[in-house]
Order: sequence, then structure tokens, then C-alpha cells
Amino acid sequence: MSAPSLSIEHVSKSYGAVHALDDVTLAVDGGECLALVGESGSGKTTLLRCINRLTEPDSGVVRVGDLDVISRDAIELRRSIGYVPQEGGLLPHWRVRRNVELVPWLRGSGNAGRLADDALDMVGLDPGTFGTRWPDELSGGQRHRVAVARALAGGQSVLLLDEPFGALDAITRHDLQHLIVELRAKRPLTVVIVTHDVHEALFLADRVGVLRDGRLEQLAAPDVVKRAPATSYVAQLLARSDLLRS
Amino acid sequence: MISGNFSTMRAAATGALLGLVITLPCAGMAAQDSTRSGIGSGRSVIVGSKPFGESYLLAEMFAQLLESRGFSVERRPGLGATTVAFDALRSGSIDVYPEYTGTGLLAILHEEPRGGAREVFAEVQRRFQEQYALRWLPPLGFENGYAISVRRETAERYALATLSDLARIAPQLSAGLSPDFIQRADGLPGLARTYGLSFRSVRPLDQALKYRALASGAVDVVDGYTTDGLIARYGFVVLADDRHFFPPYEAAALISDRLAHEQPAAVAALTLLSGMLGDSTMRALNERVESDHEPIPRVASDALRAMQLVGMTSDSENAARVSGSAVRTSFVRYLWDRRATLAAQAIRHIELVGFSLAAAILLALPLALLLERASGVAEPVLRVLGLLETIPSIALLAFMIPLFGVGFGPAVVALWLYSLYPIARNTYTGVRDADPAAVHAARALGMTPMQVLRFVRTPLAAPSIMAGIRTAAVIDVGTATLAAFIGAGGLGEPIATGLALADTRLILSGALPAALLALAVDGLLARVERWTTPAPLRNRSVR
Repeated sequence: MSAPSLSIEHVSKSYGAVHALDDVTLAVDGGECLALVGESGSGKTTLLRCINRLTEPDSGVVRVGDLDVISRDAIELRRSIGYVPQEGGLLPHWRVRRNVELVPWLRGSGNAGRLADDALDMVGLDPGTFGTRWPDELSGGQRHRVAVARALAGGQSVLLLDEPFGALDAITRHDLQHLIVELRAKRPLTVVIVTHDVHEALFLADRVGVLRDGRLEQLAAPDVVKRAPATSYVAQLLARSDLLRS
Repeated sequence: MISGNFSTMRAAATGALLGLVITLPCAGMAAQDSTRSGIGSGRSVIVGSKPFGESYLLAEMFAQLLESRGFSVERRPGLGATTVAFDALRSGSIDVYPEYTGTGLLAILHEEPRGGAREVFAEVQRRFQEQYALRWLPPLGFENGYAISVRRETAERYALATLSDLARIAPQLSAGLSPDFIQRADGLPGLARTYGLSFRSVRPLDQALKYRALASGAVDVVDGYTTDGLIARYGFVVLADDRHFFPPYEAAALISDRLAHEQPAAVAALTLLSGMLGDSTMRALNERVESDHEPIPRVASDALRAMQLVGMTSDSENAARVSGSAVRTSFVRYLWDRRATLAAQAIRHIELVGFSLAAAILLALPLALLLERASGVAEPVLRVLGLLETIPSIALLAFMIPLFGVGFGPAVVALWLYSLYPIARNTYTGVRDADPAAVHAARALGMTPMQVLRFVRTPLAAPSIMAGIRTAAVIDVGTATLAAFIGAGGLGEPIATGLALADTRLILSGALPAALLALAVDGLLARVERWTTPAPLRNRSVR
């Protein structure tokens, strides 16, 4: 079993006069991790959301595996793709296990409870201890682990992370970044992560895409980006994040 | 799926509760309908009155007279004011109520006052038949027109017998007049012009205070009605209208065409009262009601017996005797003696609130959820519902009469209209503003819009929805007290009657239970709110 590849072909999206995405083309191999970096308004989140049709592009084609996403039912498509939003987005009125069961339950799976427990195990949370807790009884890091478990409990092999760890402290963020690395080692998983943290991108990703005003400035492996920034903007972005880090 | 049952159970429980709210009053209605239809021959005669002592008393006399002749009677006392009672009669919600010829001429036909008692009666009789198909029965025998009164000592000192006499010394006297009398063309301005009257001072005084002010010497002249019971009690002198400025206000039964055609025997029974009640008789009866606070049913039955129109004992009289014994007892004892009536009024009140609230929930809740899906029209729709809130309750109730008549139904409709906005607004705001992160995640992971609404937005909005229902319920309990003015009964009935008779204990006997009911309803719904709110949101909703 392998994870599907993704391809973005000439995708554009405007909101009024603002070009959120301007003819973006890129491909992600099956099992690869791509990080999209850029400032607010660079179009990175819009691009991510085109993959599971939370946003519909004005033009261009998005494929998951070989299939154009437009040819698939949007609801079914979203249930087949793992998604971790900013802040985790757990449903506060559902206990942890019910949250993690969400996608199997939506698909009418008979063993949603067992799948949820497996997913909790996978992200390092004991189902017996955490399954019956309310989201507001968890720490920030635990909440994000639950959000990751929820995104993968349905056996999804594509995982979209939308600035997932931005609000966490440095140590917790580090732990969660390692969790993603571990998960990728355990199972075939195509990952796209949107982040404004260049170091997170360089640490996690096989390739990094730098977006600016809806255009792709550079798409390359982390060491290439570090060694040979394609544009002065990419260089600036790196320099600024180094400044922040020190 | 164990945890999946959690929200299903809650939904089922909420549904069951809603069902209970709806079916309880339904059962009550069904019971009422069965008693109504259970009456043997023909429909019962519905007797109405306006909300003041004499009107209550005359209506009660009509009712007891009809009952003594074997008719079943429904009482709708205290209908708003002239328009409310008149509209009720025209729409067929009542069959008969006591009215005054002068009121018919001026307030209903909007004619200028003219002619003597006989001409006015002939005029209203003809015009009402032509325009409204309503019939005036022959007058009862007394007039209740405007009466200008002075203290006996004032009358003796200045030798006052007529208004022309009064005009001579008016510049030395101060008058205390009701505010509308001071304004109306057929009040002070016309009076001053006809008689050349000009008082030293004119003070606007409330109806209830005027006679006391006159007795104490604070004013020298007051207006009032010829049959006011307090005129006799204080021994005031009513000055004769020697230039016939005031139109005649002869009292008579005003009946619907339907009653005239379908139950001629009832009309014949009512006609027995024609010509039987003179000015002084009526004044004495009014005094027993207004100053002695004797129960109206007893005063009515005494009067009918004195005229030998009914036999020596009747059930209503016995009942009146029992409640009459409470006149000079403690308030607690007074409430206890009225417990059966109060319980029935409280149950009717709960039915009014229960029905209107249940109907409002059934419409406003789905409507608000629909508006969340069609946010473009949400604000305009909610603003229209909000406009309903700005209509004064009594006006909204009055608007119901031409559409639905008087009684329980139209009151429920009016209360229902009032309840829509708080429920719809709170529900809409609650679902719209439900935790955006949770809503976004649910959508992104493949919930359909309906699933997002049902499993995420609505449960998260539960505290807000319940707050709206609580607001509506408390407003309803309060507003329902006004429903008595259109004959819907409930705890407003003793309040309205008590206000008309200046009987504080009667007012309190309705107002206190109504206040307790509002507290109880709010407390009960607070528990329901706790129970429908998802556990982790409970503390937040308290904040």
C-alpha cells in the first residue's frame, strides 16, 4: 500500500481584485512531505484548501492520485483526506473518543470505536485515560495530538496540516513535529503542511515551496533552499527567520 | 458508537420535553371543548362586559337571568374598552353586552350629540341594525351620563340645583375633572361654552381619586357618571343638565343578530330587565360593588330577586354567599377562599403560555436554523419579527379581535407573535456564532452542511437557544395577564376586574400568582437549559 501523489496544475484563485493563487503548478510524490511557507496572504492556506475542495480554484486542475478532485464528491473527498486545522478545532461538546471517531462514524463504519482507540495509541495517548475526557480537560499539546489522531483514524493516507502548531510553546511544538516524523516512518503518508515557520518547514519537509503573492518563488529540497535561495525574497525570508530564532 | 448515543439521547429528551409542553395544554383544551359541546340544547349564550363595575354587574345580571331560564351561559367579563367589546359582538365572539346609547352615538357611530333620550335610542337602534346587524333591546331604565357633582353644603350655601346655577358662582370654585373630560369636545369645552362656565381652577384628577378629593374639600366640583356608587355614599348633589348639553346615556343590552334569530327565548328573557332599573336602584347596587367590594354575583342575584325575576335560591347565589364571607378577612384567608377560581385561572394562564410558547418554538427554532443557511435574508426576517415586539401588548391583542374574535385563541396567537423574536434571534445568533474552529474542522473532515448544523452548530448554540426560550416564557407569563382584556381569562382576570373596581386584594390575587408563575417557569426552564447544554459548555453558559 502506498500513499497517493498530488498534483497542482496551473491553479489560480482570486478574491475580488486579490490574486490569492496565480497559476501555481507543483507536484507531490506519494509518501512525500511538502511544506508551504510564506507570509500571511501569500496564498499558502488557499492552496492547501484547494486539495480537499474547501476552496474551489477559478481555473486549473488538482489531482489526488490520478483523479481530478472536481470529478469526486466533495464530502467523500474530504472524508478521505486527513486535515488538522489551526488550534486543532476539536468539537468542544464531544469527548475525545467521539472526536476521533468522527470520520469513521461519518462513513458509517461499524468499528469506529476501535479505529479511534488505535489512532489515539498511534499519537501516544492512552485511549483508556484520554478517550472519555472533554477537549477542555486536555493540555494544548494533547489537544493537537487528538486532532492529528482524528485526521488519521479513518486510515487516510493524505494529511493536510494548516499551520497546526503555531500557537504552541517551543517544546510542545518540537514534540509534535517529531510525532509527524514518527507517523511518516510508520505508515505511507503524503503530507502537505502550511507553516509560517521556515525552520519547521526545513525540519519536516522533503521539499519546501515558498509562496509570495500567490506565486511559487521556489520549490526545492530544504538544503537547496538554504544553500541557494532562488530569489532575494527567499533569502530575505530565511534571514528573517534566522534572526527570530537567535 | 457508545459516545454517539450521547447527542441522540439529548435530542430525544429535548423532543420529549417539547412534546410534553405541547400536549399538556392540548389535553386541557380538549377537556374544555368537551364540556362546551356537552351542553344539551343549543349553543350557550356568551355574555360580555366592559371593564368597569356597572358593566360587570349588568352582565352578571344578564347571565344569571339567562341561567335561571335554563340557558347555559359563558361569561367574558372585562373586555378592553368600547371598541374591544363592540368588535367582539360584531365578530360573533360574544352574543350580548351592556352598552349606553350615548356611547353608541358618539363613540361608535361618531355622530354629534343631539336630541333627547328617545331620539337617541331610536337613532342608534336604526343605524346599528342597518350598519352592523346588531340590535339594541329596550333600555334598562336608568341613564349613566356625565354627572357634575358638588358637596351638599356647597349646594345649600349657594342654592345650586342646575348647571346654570353653577355657572353663576363657578369663578369662586375649583374643579377636579378627569383628563379626558377636560379634553373632549363633548366634555368641559362644550360645557363651558353652553353654560358660560369658567372655574377658578381646573385640576386633572384620576377617576378613582376624584370623589375623595371632593369629600375632603380639595376641590369643589367633580365630573363623574350619574350612577357612580360613591355619589350616594358621600351624599353629593348632582346638578341637573337644564340645557341638555350631555347626550343621554341610557343603558341597554346590545345583542347580536345571531342571538336574535337563533335564540329568541334568550332575547325574551333579557327583555324582562327592560325598564326595571331606575337611577337610584342602580346607584345603590353600584355602591355595594364599588365601595363595599361585595361580590358581583351576590349583588346581581339580590337585585334579580328584588325584581322577582329569579327564584329564592340558585347555585350561583350559594357560591356567591361563600365567597362573600371573605370580604373582611385576612389576605391569606381571602386567597384560600378563592382557591378554586384562582387554580382555574392559573391553569388557564399556564395553557395560554404553554400553547403560545410551544407554537413559537415550533416555528422560530426551525426558522432560525433555516436562516443560518440563508444568511442573506436573516437580518430582514429577524427585524420584521423584532418589529412585532414594539407593538404595545394591548394594541396587538386588540388587532386580533377583527381577525380571530375574542377569547383563548386570539390571545394565544398574540402571545405566540411576541415569543417568536426572542427565540428566533437567540437561536440564529447562537448557531451563527458557534465555535468557528469546531465548525471549520467538522466541515473540513467531511460533514455535510446539515450535519454541521445538527451535530455542531445546534448543540453548541443550546445555551443561547434556551436563553431565548426563557426570555420568551417570562415575557409570555407577564403579557398573558393582559389577555383578560380580550376575554381569554387567566390570572389577568382578577387583575383587570380589581383595577376596574379599585379592589387591591383582587388585583393582588392575580398579580402575586402571576409573579410566582413567572419565577417558577424561569426556574424550570433554567433546569431544562442545564440539561440540554453539553456538559463542557455548562460553566461557560453560567458565566
